Amino acid sequence: MQKVRPHAKGIALSLIAAGTVLALPLAAQAADPIKIGVIAEAASIAGAAIPNAAQMAADEINAKGGVDGRKIEIVTYDDHSSSSDAVRAFQRAASDDKVHAVIASYISEVVLALEPWAARLHMPMVTPGAASNEISQVIKKDYDHNKYTFHGYLTSAFLALSVCDAAKDLLVANLHMKTAVVMSEDAAWTTPLDAGYLECLPKIGIKVLDHIRFSPDTTDFTPIFNKIEGEKPDVIITGISHVGVQPTVQWQSQQVPIPMFGIASQATSSTFWKDTNGAADGVLFQTVAAPGVAVTPMAVPFTDNYTKRYGITPAYCGNTAYDEVYYIADAIKRAGSTDPDKLVAALEKTDYVGTIGRVQFYGKDDAFPHAMKQGTDFVSGLLVQWQDGKQVTVWPTAVANAKLKFPGFVKLQQASN
Amino acid sequence: MLGLQILIDGFAISSLYALGATGFTLMFGVSGVLNLSHGSIMVAAAVAAWVIAGYLGGNPYLGALGGVGFGLIMAYATYFTVVRPIQRSKAIPKEETEIFVLTGTLLWGIMIQEAIAYFYTSNPKTVRPLVPGVFNFLGVRTPLNEVATAIICWAVIGLLWLLVNRTRSGKVLLAASINPRGVTLLGFELSSVYILVWTIYGILAGIAGVLLAMFLGVSSDGVGALTASAFSIVVLGGLGSVSGSLIAAYVVGYMETLTAYLISPAYRTIPVLLLLVLVVYIRPQGLLGRR
Repeated sequence: MQKVRPHAKGIALSLIAAGTVLALPLAAQAADPIKIGVIAEAASIAGAAIPNAAQMAADEINAKGGVDGRKIEIVTYDDHSSSSDAVRAFQRAASDDKVHAVIASYISEVVLALEPWAARLHMPMVTPGAASNEISQVIKKDYDHNKYTFHGYLTSAFLALSVCDAAKDLLVANLHMKTAVVMSEDAAWTTPLDAGYLECLPKIGIKVLDHIRFSPDTTDFTPIFNKIEGEKPDVIITGISHVGVQPTVQWQSQQVPIPMFGIASQATSSTFWKDTNGAADGVLFQTVAAPGVAVTPMAVPFTDNYTKRYGITPAYCGNTAYDEVYYIADAIKRAGSTDPDKLVAALEKTDYVGTIGRVQFYGKDDAFPHAMKQGTDFVSGLLVQWQDGKQVTVWPTAVANAKLKFPGFVKLQQASN
Repeated sequence: MLGLQILIDGFAISSLYALGATGFTLMFGVSGVLNLSHGSIMVAAAVAAWVIAGYLGGNPYLGALGGVGFGLIMAYATYFTVVRPIQRSKAIPKEETEIFVLTGTLLWGIMIQEAIAYFYTSNPKTVRPLVPGVFNFLGVRTPLNEVATAIICWAVIGLLWLLVNRTRSGKVLLAASINPRGVTLLGFELSSVYILVWTIYGILAGIAGVLLAMFLGVSSDGVGALTASAFSIVVLGGLGSVSGSLIAAYVVGYMETLTAYLISPAYRTIPVLLLLVLVVYIRPQGLLGRR
């Protein structure tokens, strides 16, 4: 037992000590790392790019001294493409690992499951790859509650617009195409995408002959391609992400004479050529970045460094996740704090030129709150084609490094007319 | 035209189903093992073919051969590390062995599936077809690979028939499937019969996996569906009956193709599942089942 002796000097000392103790957290906080949780699908090529690219961005920022002296620490979780695993990871990130923001998933269903948790736990969350319009519609419905989610990739409606913009130049102006069949997998992100296609294709002069939605676990596409061929469209407009290798291989082995054009997420990966044994030749897909294409000054160095470090080129959500770490760090710096509400306010003011274009978010009163702005001044997207084992960019003309080229079995029916 | 198309497509996919299910049902008939890691072994063989072809500069023949070899290795691994220890375990009561084998192979299958996803991602893989190109069959553009698939499947099934009916070890195999105790009483070692059946199974599953990767592509995500389709075919045909399985494979293949063409590809598997429910109600022993 210690005896307490009231003494002026002792009181003064203990006051100093108390002051030091109180001041300690403040001093420590300055050096405490900023933690960003990354929840992604480690077993898929697109998903694996998310933590890899985020780590790369963090390393770069830390090498330059971090954010106001604070290092960035990436904490990664594998959600096995499952919403329930993702929710568990999100809870762990918030309560155990005490992250300050989360970058999560390229699957719309997963992000939609996390969105209420971002709201409940007041955890700012940005998705690098999900596309469904619903993500921003949830924010629209109850902004004050759901404002913690940001859509760091193009919304399906904007993806459709990007594809139509490219189709107008490439297919209508150059190849005089007049008809199309829309072929999409049945998933949350394609409902608004297809609605967008059906609205914008007629506007650019392409008549939609049929609209096919198939189950994402389809393995045999023969009946689908036969049906499409019977309808004699000039082009197949695709909306595929969960599938990709199989329809492409069967398109080639059956020699379907109609080109495929649109969204094909698996085709964005550099291993797609190998996965399909070259069947990808001639496949066209929309993306936000392509190897060697200087969409912005940061684009090419990022792809080069990523490829050097991980041995494959990043899938599209590698680019977005990389940018996200940068603009989250920037927002924390501007907010001067990691307080969720201040961070959300700062993220809303994001104006950041990253690897895919100029990133800005729509505001509270726009049609798609917290969705990334699409357009020539912001993120316009690219149209890339697989040619002889390489991804070459064919649109927009300003950055294109190749012309359209199709394998021999593709017959451009209208081209000769 | 559409009819012919359905006939051709249905034939190719049914032949593949038949080959995939034959080994599965033969094994049940001879050794009473329902191997729930079936889909994983097929996919492992296919991915091995893809990897080997990739390393050897894309030679499809060596890749396919390597894939089948790997299927055999996986079958032996399944037998020696999972099935045999359970069958020989003194801690497991005899009447529960089958349940333990089911659970053991199921878990083993999940381990293989996760390993494939970990090392080679869950992206689907395809193996370059042995015969590329298409030909015009009475107005239907048919990939030569589909024809080759059907021919290889039937050649292998034919060889199996010869093996079972025309060779001594094949006859022992057949006898073991009818009366295992009788075979032991005649002085045959059941364990060597089991090794033979696992060898046959490994080769058949390997070939089926590689052909599937050439035809439709395989992914570690599709493992469950492959096991389930083999299982449905075998239940429909009658557990343990090889000829029943062959017929059932065609019933399933054509029902799926008809549904995909005439109704919608999205409902492809549903009529077969309904038929299975009916079979379980009306004729639980299956088409040609003995029990």
